[in-house]
Amino acid sequence: MTTKLQTLPAPDRKTSGAGKPKNHRKPRESRGTLAFSRSQRTKALGKHAILILAGALMIYPLLWMVVSSLRANELIFREPGLWLNSLEMSNYTDGWSALTHPFGHYMINSAIVVIGSILGNLISCSMAAYAFARLQFTGKKLFFGIMLLTIMLPFHVVIVPQYILFSQIGWVNTFWPLIVPKLLATEAFFVFLMVQFIRGIPKDLDEAARIDGAGHPRIFLRVILPLMVPALATTTIFTFIWTWNDFFGALIYLTDPDMFTVPVALRAFVDSQSATSWGSLFAMSIVSLLPVFLVFLFGQRFLIKGIATTGIK
Amino acid sequence: MSAISELSTISRRKGKATAEEKKANGRDNKAAYIFLLPWLVGLVAITIGPMLMSLYLSFTDYNLLQPPEWVGLDNFTRMFSDARLHNSLGVTFTYVLVGVPLQLAVALLIALVLDKGLRGLPFYRSVFYLPSLLGGSVAVAILWKQIFGTTGLVNQVLAMFGIQGPGWISDPSTALGSIILLHVWTFGAPMIIFLAGLRQIPVMYYEAAKVDGASTLQQFWKITLPMLSPILFFNLVLQIIGSFQSFTQAFIVSGGNGGPSDSTMFFTLYLYQKGFGQFDMGYASAMAWFLLVIIGVFTAINFIASKYWVFYDD
Repeated sequence: MTTKLQTLPAPDRKTSGAGKPKNHRKPRESRGTLAFSRSQRTKALGKHAILILAGALMIYPLLWMVVSSLRANELIFREPGLWLNSLEMSNYTDGWSALTHPFGHYMINSAIVVIGSILGNLISCSMAAYAFARLQFTGKKLFFGIMLLTIMLPFHVVIVPQYILFSQIGWVNTFWPLIVPKLLATEAFFVFLMVQFIRGIPKDLDEAARIDGAGHPRIFLRVILPLMVPALATTTIFTFIWTWNDFFGALIYLTDPDMFTVPVALRAFVDSQSATSWGSLFAMSIVSLLPVFLVFLFGQRFLIKGIATTGIK
Repeated sequence: MSAISELSTISRRKGKATAEEKKANGRDNKAAYIFLLPWLVGLVAITIGPMLMSLYLSFTDYNLLQPPEWVGLDNFTRMFSDARLHNSLGVTFTYVLVGVPLQLAVALLIALVLDKGLRGLPFYRSVFYLPSLLGGSVAVAILWKQIFGTTGLVNQVLAMFGIQGPGWISDPSTALGSIILLHVWTFGAPMIIFLAGLRQIPVMYYEAAKVDGASTLQQFWKITLPMLSPILFFNLVLQIIGSFQSFTQAFIVSGGNGGPSDSTMFFTLYLYQKGFGQFDMGYASAMAWFLLVIIGVFTAINFIASKYWVFYDD
């Protein structure tokens, strides 16, 4: 099963139209009578109808939030449609400065945590993955098994002592509790993703480098790392999205408004405002979703490949 | 494919070392442990250490200020008589047992519709996938709070048809339902895993079935579902584990209190209140271990049951 799914075709590579036969799947109906193709076309049409309807239903709330963020406040509770009579930018300017700091401050905080987490995951997870995929050592199977188990370990089992530990070294209200675990490869998901990827790189390349006198650090840096860029990209993108959205960790460790990341700042916004300022709340929500949306737009290929091959959420 | 299948392979192959592994001089312990160093430090300091520590704390009374005081099984007996905890278990079970199957059913359904070489597949796939990236954010939870509010989007639409909708999230009987709906809304990720799985099914099976005169529905039950069962199983295990830990949506939608009248008080929310609201760290630790056991039991049941319905080709 492992090997089978490693060779999964990248789902996004297929852009062939409906009429063109797929390389590994012949068209099911090949008796090309007129009646048949017509019924086929109705069937496809029906499918498109279902999909467009379902898709519209899925996306409508998001579109409506974007439109509502550009509306006067009272309209949010009266106007379910997507028509905009005028552009109300005041929600954005009001929301931007509604909290202790301008919203950009929280975005910078989030960016610091995100960059630290990405670097941490890239370095620590790729190192661990190299050891698991390429090196023979005592206890390898045991450690590998433990690593896989930690993927499924609920965060809550460790959060209380982790909090105690970090508060005793004075790290509450710093970004360290959110970054240091990533530097220590605790997001085992990515270790696994990279192990899978390295296993697919031909071992001859390592051998050739070894014959040329390269040691493991050199093979890792010069041979493996350049070849695993797609896995590194997937890791970067997922780390970005997960860290940017991370609420629980930030809620626990960041209580000082100076240190708030975007999710906890938004939460403070919800709490501080009564129902009168939904417009600016929506506006800042849109701002907070924008980076994720951009990453989705440009990194979709890696996201979908990453999910399809390792089953990450 | 997955961590899960790797785990079962390891346990199946226990004791059977490959030739490469037997070759003792082929080992590079020193290099390996250097590469593994960050992970090993993390394992000890961030994972196993805290796990053992929380196991110890679960037998103590600890509020961060005074040193932990050993109270034996007190925290666990307290859990037996804690009605709010029982309620939070009920809420979480409902969320998991309704939300996960519903989400997977939608994911599979859409994947099946999408699979058959449809024009515009990448576009549809993106549209359905986007919510699962955004669904975990505070921003979307805020959106949900508005949509299902008394004068929210849903009720505005209902009003167009002359229906006066309830205040979905302020009514204890519908509040959890709206959060479950948010979970179902994020079906894109499992859908993509299903799509990848559907491509693995050899087309000749369908051709043979068609020659034998099998209907579309028969083909689904006799070919698609069995061939897809390992992936369904994988999705099921992961989604159940993940859903038990769900926190952000209930927290934001309920304003942090699990209301109305504890109807969205997830186990994790109650744990947070105990640990980080009241700093009852001993009790929170006991709850965390209880959660671990629950998740472990559910996963074990899943694995045992899988012997009867998951079909492995090889």
